[in-house]
Parts: sequence; C-alpha cells; structure tokens
Amino acid sequence: MKTVVVIPAYNEGQSIGKVISELKNLSLDIVVVNDGSSDQTKEIASSSGAIVLNHFINRGQGAALQTGINFALNIGADIIVTFDADGQHLASEIEYITKPLFLGGVDVVLGSRFLGSKNKIPWLRKKILKLATIFTRIYTGLKVTDAHNGFRAFSRQAANLIKIKQDGMAHASEIIEQIKKHKLKFKEVPVTIRYTDYSLKKGQKLTNSFRIIWDLIIGRISR
Amino acid sequence: MIIQFLIILFILFVLWRTLLRFRKQDITFREFIIWAIFWLLVGVAALAPKKTDIIAQWLGVERGVDLLVYISIIVLFFIVFKIIVKLEKIDKDITQIVRNTALRKNDQDE
Repeated sequence: MKTVVVIPAYNEGQSIGKVISELKNLSLDIVVVNDGSSDQTKEIASSSGAIVLNHFINRGQGAALQTGINFALNIGADIIVTFDADGQHLASEIEYITKPLFLGGVDVVLGSRFLGSKNKIPWLRKKILKLATIFTRIYTGLKVTDAHNGFRAFSRQAANLIKIKQDGMAHASEIIEQIKKHKLKFKEVPVTIRYTDYSLKKGQKLTNSFRIIWDLIIGRISR
Repeated sequence: MIIQFLIILFILFVLWRTLLRFRKQDITFREFIIWAIFWLLVGVAALAPKKTDIIAQWLGVERGVDLLVYISIIVLFFIVFKIIVKLEKIDKDITQIVRNTALRKNDQDE
C-alpha cells in the first residue's frame, strides 16, 4: 500500500522544514504544494527531500489540496493523507489516521481535536471551531465533531470521487458535504493539535468564517 | 435647470467616447448604434421628463423618474449577479491553469 502525504503550504518557510523532517522517518511519499509563497517555502521543502509542486500564484488551501491529491492519484497512491504545514499535527499520528483505511470498511478518516480530551485549545479558538462545526452539521447534515481540521486520510476511491472546487478555506465544509453526497463511509479519530504562537498566528480568524459562508453560498449559485 | 444641463453634458461626453471606441474598433457598429440610441433616449428623458410619465402611468407607476429608478435597480442587481457568476468561473479557470502548470512542470522534472 502506497501512502502519500499532501501538504498545502503558503508562506510556511518557518515550519515546513521541520514538518518534513518529522515525516521523513515514516515510509511515505511527501508532496508539498507550494501555493505561490513569497518566502523560501519552495526551496526549503525541496532541500528537505519532499516532492514540490508549485502554484505560480496563490490560489488558496482548497486549490492546493486538490492539486496535491491529483498528483498523488497520478503516482498511484492507495492512501492519501492531508497534513498541515504549520506544524500543528503530529507525524506519529499518521499511523492512527490511516489505520481504519487499512482495516477496511471506511473510505475517509477525519482527524478531530475534540474527540478525547488531550488538547488544550485556546478559548476563543474553541468557540470559533465549535460554531464552525455546528454550521457544518446544519449545512451537510453529517454529525462531525471537528469540521475544520486539516488532518485527514482518504482511500484512493474516495480521493477519486471528492472534487474540491472551493479554492479557499470553505473546502473543509465542502469535503464533508461530498462525503455525504457520495455516501462515503467516514470515521473520526482523535488527534493532537500542537498550538504554538506560530500556528495560532497562521490559523483561522473569526472574520474568515464570514468569508467561508459567503464562498459556500456563491459556490451553490455558480456550480 | 442645472441638472438637465449636467446630464446633457454627460451624455455628449459618453456619446463622444462611444464614437471613439467605435473608431478604434473596440466595439462593433451594432453595439455603437444600440448605445447611441440608449443615450439619446436618456437625453430625451432628461429634456422632457414629463413625457416619461406617460409610459410610467401606462405601466402603473405614477412618475417617470420613479420608473427609471425601479428599472435601474433591477438591471443593476441582474448585472451584479452576472458578474459574480462570471468572476467565479474565471476564478476556477485560473485555478485550473495554475494546477495544470504545477502538475506538468513536475512531469518534466522527472
């Protein structure tokens, strides 16, 4: 079974090297999609030994993910893991997130920071994420506990079916919407989130949530 | 009235610009005629606003200027809707170009 990790990265020069070096101990293919960064993300990712795909202008995380997934499918991935570039996920937990796929009966595995109780989530962030989760539940009708977590694993079949059209952050809701649409079986797995000053600074702001809702509405109109 | 003078001045300006555009072949002859007729009608409405009341009352609106405002809002909403949809499509096309370039570049490198 070939596992490919897809890491969308936009101006993550500070963290991308460390993220890749942690992943290198595992037997995986590492694909970084440099999403038009203006810093050294591309060079650092290359020299750290990842395969680097280059968006020549910034198109958003959703767009970068889809590019990475297309590439992973092209090189014959059986399992595709999506992983954040800011260092908030643990490489060691890839084992847990892919395990349900190896066992079978599941098409998609979603990481959740709210399952289990090992995460200390900053207060405001927790409220925003809870609201986003409630919104996603209403919007998609699927009972997920953490809608905007970048740590996921897809079977090849699921990755073929899911088409991310939302270029921006709304892709997180869109993925869940498509899991429902294609009647894919999913499972949530508790994951650890390392909150650092860096990852908090790069993370989602409250104002972005309005943007996400707007994108989803527009996406509905023009599809 | 000053407003009539200003509107006529503006219409003359727009007609002049339209003519220039047509001369540069930015727009076709048909487009030029359509725009010219449109702006001439606006000119008529500006010079004799009471005349527009006849059309308005026929449609069930009291004053011609009110009718003009209603139509403008409807047309503007429609245009905004069209632009949003178009923009979304252009956005998707750009992403597709960027994606294809990223994937093709990688093919060449190997």
